[in-house]
Amino acid sequence: MWGRLSLDALPHDMITIGGVVGGGLALLAGIAAITYFKKWRWLWTNWLTSLDPKKIGVMYLVVATAMLLRGLADAAMMRAQQAVFATGDGSGPISADMFQQVFSAHGTIMIFFVAMGAIFGILNLILPLQLGARDVAFPLLNSISFWLLVAGMVLMNVSLAVGEFSTAGWLAYPPLSELQYSPGTGVDYWIWSLQIAGIGSLLSGINFLATIFTMRRAGMTLMKMPVFAWSVVGSMLLVAFAFPILTATLSMLSLDRTIGTHFFTSDMGGNPMMYVNLIWAWGHPEVYILVLPAFGIFSEIVPVFSKKRLFGYTSMVWALMAITVLSFTVWLHHFFTMGSGANVNAFFGIMTMVIAIPTGVKIFNWLFTMYRGRVKLATPMLWFMGFVVTFTIGGLTGVLMAVPGIDYQVHNSLFLVAHFHNVIIGGVVFGFFAGLAYWWPKFTGFYLHEGLGKAAFWCWLIGFLVAFLPLYVLGFMGAVRRLDSYDASLGWQGLFIVAAVGMMIILLGVLFQITQVGYSIWKRKELRASSDPWDGRTFEWSTSTPIAEYNFASLAPVMYRDDFWEQKHRSRYTKPVGLIEPIRVPKNTGIGVGIGLISAVVGFAIIWHIWWLALAAVIGGIVLVITATLREDTERIIGVDEIVATEKRLRGTK
Amino acid sequence: MSKPRLLDQKFLDYKTSTGFWLYLMTDCVLFGTLFASYIVLHPATAGGPTSSEIFSLPMALTETIILLTSSFTCGLALLALRQNSLRQLIIWLGATYILGVSFLTIELSEFAALVGDGHSWQQSAFLSGFFTLVGTHGLHIFVGLLWLLVMVAVLFKKGITPKLKRQLGLFGLFWHFLDLVWVFIFTVVYLMGAAS
Amino acid sequence: MLIQPSVKSQVLYSTFAVTSDIVDLQRDLYDKRKGNMKKSVKPFFSPWRIIFLVVSIIVIACLGTFLLLDGKNIAVLNPQGIIASKEKDLMIFTLMLGMIVIIPVFIMLFAFAWKYREGNTKAKYTPEADGNRLIEITWWAIPLIIIGILSVVTWVSTHDLDPYKKLTSDTKALTIRVVALQWKWLFIYPDQGIATVNEVRFPEDTPVNFEITADAPMSAFWIPNLGTQTYAMNGMTSKLSLEADNVGEYRGSNTNISGEGYAEMDLKAIATTRHDFDLWVKNIAGSSSHLDWAAYEELAQPNKKQPVVYYMLHEPDLYAMIQHKYMDDQTMNTQNSDTMNHEGMN
Repeated sequence: MWGRLSLDALPHDMITIGGVVGGGLALLAGIAAITYFKKWRWLWTNWLTSLDPKKIGVMYLVVATAMLLRGLADAAMMRAQQAVFATGDGSGPISADMFQQVFSAHGTIMIFFVAMGAIFGILNLILPLQLGARDVAFPLLNSISFWLLVAGMVLMNVSLAVGEFSTAGWLAYPPLSELQYSPGTGVDYWIWSLQIAGIGSLLSGINFLATIFTMRRAGMTLMKMPVFAWSVVGSMLLVAFAFPILTATLSMLSLDRTIGTHFFTSDMGGNPMMYVNLIWAWGHPEVYILVLPAFGIFSEIVPVFSKKRLFGYTSMVWALMAITVLSFTVWLHHFFTMGSGANVNAFFGIMTMVIAIPTGVKIFNWLFTMYRGRVKLATPMLWFMGFVVTFTIGGLTGVLMAVPGIDYQVHNSLFLVAHFHNVIIGGVVFGFFAGLAYWWPKFTGFYLHEGLGKAAFWCWLIGFLVAFLPLYVLGFMGAVRRLDSYDASLGWQGLFIVAAVGMMIILLGVLFQITQVGYSIWKRKELRASSDPWDGRTFEWSTSTPIAEYNFASLAPVMYRDDFWEQKHRSRYTKPVGLIEPIRVPKNTGIGVGIGLISAVVGFAIIWHIWWLALAAVIGGIVLVITATLREDTERIIGVDEIVATEKRLRGTK
Repeated sequence: MSKPRLLDQKFLDYKTSTGFWLYLMTDCVLFGTLFASYIVLHPATAGGPTSSEIFSLPMALTETIILLTSSFTCGLALLALRQNSLRQLIIWLGATYILGVSFLTIELSEFAALVGDGHSWQQSAFLSGFFTLVGTHGLHIFVGLLWLLVMVAVLFKKGITPKLKRQLGLFGLFWHFLDLVWVFIFTVVYLMGAAS
Repeated sequence: MLIQPSVKSQVLYSTFAVTSDIVDLQRDLYDKRKGNMKKSVKPFFSPWRIIFLVVSIIVIACLGTFLLLDGKNIAVLNPQGIIASKEKDLMIFTLMLGMIVIIPVFIMLFAFAWKYREGNTKAKYTPEADGNRLIEITWWAIPLIIIGILSVVTWVSTHDLDPYKKLTSDTKALTIRVVALQWKWLFIYPDQGIATVNEVRFPEDTPVNFEITADAPMSAFWIPNLGTQTYAMNGMTSKLSLEADNVGEYRGSNTNISGEGYAEMDLKAIATTRHDFDLWVKNIAGSSSHLDWAAYEELAQPNKKQPVVYYMLHEPDLYAMIQHKYMDDQTMNTQNSDTMNHEGMN
């Protein structure tokens, strides 16, 4: 009746129990607070069922931040283990099995829920505004995508309390991830978290591409778009082409584990090498999916904080598109040592190096935007500088690893781990933090406290270098990744301790960030910002703060690149007059929430082999989708009077 | 300035079909992955039957003709839609539906026969690849037929509306796409399989 | 239903919108002139303090690293064999090439941030300059040239360092067959008729041809002091050719996670003199441990912290039998043709 679910599935060790109890208490506290302040209705109608991308964006960021904390907790456990307990006899608080679950969860969470969540969050908040549009192309699909991510997140967190998580790493290579070597529920949790969240990402990719292609403001040709929008084009094209590969591959692994197919098994003709190829054919574009929007964010920040036009717009666009296309031609560099032969290895090595060229060009373009500008070293610009420092080092080690002969000695060692953290933290995380500091005043009306922001930045930068530079050295010493123990005589412990200290500095930085948010909210009157606090160049800065639900009262056409800047500073700019007409706005709906809930149930049911529940949930999902397509009353009309009144209220009549 | 863009049915058509084409591209990549896997796993028969031993070309040809005809009837349905003829529309949609169901029936009977002979997806990597590739296509057909039913139900209730016109257009795209995928399946799986 | 406002009111509303925009903008500009950044805390870190901090940190880091690493074996930078030696040279060459780009980037970053900082009103300010053909061509061209050079080096070195390519030498090569297990390494010496677990010995200055398979999840065989690592996979044979220049004891490990005991898969690679090696082989001949299929199946059971064991090889086809566990007739043919292709390529 309940498949393979039993009371054995509950956690047995103190750390997991502690995590579950802690998380559970936090959840209960949240529920209690909402109930006490009688905010359920408000939460449901104003946030959970909203199809407003600004609200959905905020929800994405909340999810991403929550998962960042869990991912950092995992990282802290790993550093603690390797610095303190790994030289012992294995009787420390973290067993080998648990350690392997921890690092698998760490990677999975950081990539799929923190990074993807943060990116879709920022895209939802910023992209429609930058394009001068009122919404994304498919608002309901947008909500569904978000709730699918939540469903995936729920499964990931449920795996702590019920069952176990995968011990096969964030990519679960077979045969280790097949039933023969991983008979439990761990790999299944991994599969279904990602499958569900992945479909959400795919739908978002389609949504944002359609938005950019069809919903730009009149007069905004593609070459007049902000570079951020171009980076989104590149990233979402990669989503559209890469995520179906993930869907298919996860499906095949899942079929192996549930109905006995032999795609990747060791026997009966299965081919684990094929999995490695397929998963990296998705996996490499995935990392560019993550980093391209970060590049886009920096392309927005550097001109504004240098008070100077972006250098080489056309060059930047070409570089972005080149990176997009090339990222599909390099996947084999993740397994040079799997024995493909010299010709194949050399080809992929060369293609990998070639990507470094447009990436380098972008860095030069940013630097020369600063050249002969007026550089204001506020927090967003500091994050940019930190990015150049860290990402460049990461890029250098990347070019090193692109040479197969070198990779043969550093593959899967801590050198590799240091490299990819270098580029992901330096690129994606720093980009996200920069964007947060940059756009925060637009949505909230007050700055994030500068001093605390700077303190956080320095902690992150120094902490990162202290945590990861030793790993390069450890890699050279022969230390491989994913080790829960090593011999004390190897002399690695000193460097692991240094890395752990670096981790603590990063955690201090996170503490500063949390304090910064809290303090800024408390002191928001003193930190008040106008609706255009940085003298911005792009369209989102032309709105009021807070932004009206419909974004723009009128849709007057644009004439120039950085049209808002021209509006403010070009002499003799004749602003096209925009008509104010009734606006159609999508009505709230709980369909997204429903689909998310049902997906989570489907995933859970399949993991635990509760087939009747899975079937029932799938049927329920189909019914819900049909209901969605049949909806007639989907929009609300905002009349002209209401628009005028809102504009008056938001922009003030002083 | 004329009517606001978002009210414009033409714009809605453009926006929706852009999104749907993008979706079809992603579905293409999905099938591409399954095709690639099938081709790689084709020789891995693990002592079980090879493709030349189990594929029946006459049956595959029948399926192909049925599906191609259903694409034709779907085209006729969209023509009827253009002429605003509700009766014709429902007749041709019905024909498409019946042909689709026939296709699925034959396919399912092929699967049942194979499984009955002990040649299920559990026997070898080759068979795993076959059942998954062809099965995924069949699943798409099933979803398409379900979609068709819902639309016909709406047609009966409300007649032809701009929204339904749009959806029927998208359905046409979907159905023709599945037909195209089937042509590839017929070629790569059945024709090349029977010959090897 | 559209509400059609009168033309006059349309213009009125639009003008209203424009006017309020202008009011908004003026207010912003006014705020900026007054320096509304004073609302936030004055930064604690002035440029000089930052430079001092950075330099002192770098100095401390270098000192600390030196102290921590003194006397430790940084295997990859301390090659004991020809393959590792070539790979290290490749690394240094690539690093130097990379510096051509990295160093200017760092210099420009700090120089520009300092010279063109907001407070420096004496610096030239060209807010509209957004392109320069010559500069752009330069920074597309220079990386292109560097990558071009590196590509040629890559092509040549990848073929030279191809693990399938056997090392040539006057000395006859030694064949060792490696089986990755859970969680230990089995080494089969077919020509010597012995087998060992977690310890592999070979004479110095002798090419060792490894043939590697697995009876475990995907693993990877690596001796950092000697060079290239290679995946070990069920039902397949990977090839690797290494040679030790000196007598010594080196550490090896698994680099690809293969289950709970993955971290316990350290092995010892011992390069001895020819004489000592022959002696060692002879000594094992008197050993009582026999490795036949039954003994192998017991050995292959998952266990951690496996101690070193020496065996007499009682099943000469053991390696082939282990590989065939995962192969049926069809797959066997495909795998064989794959390996034949690789050998044919060289």
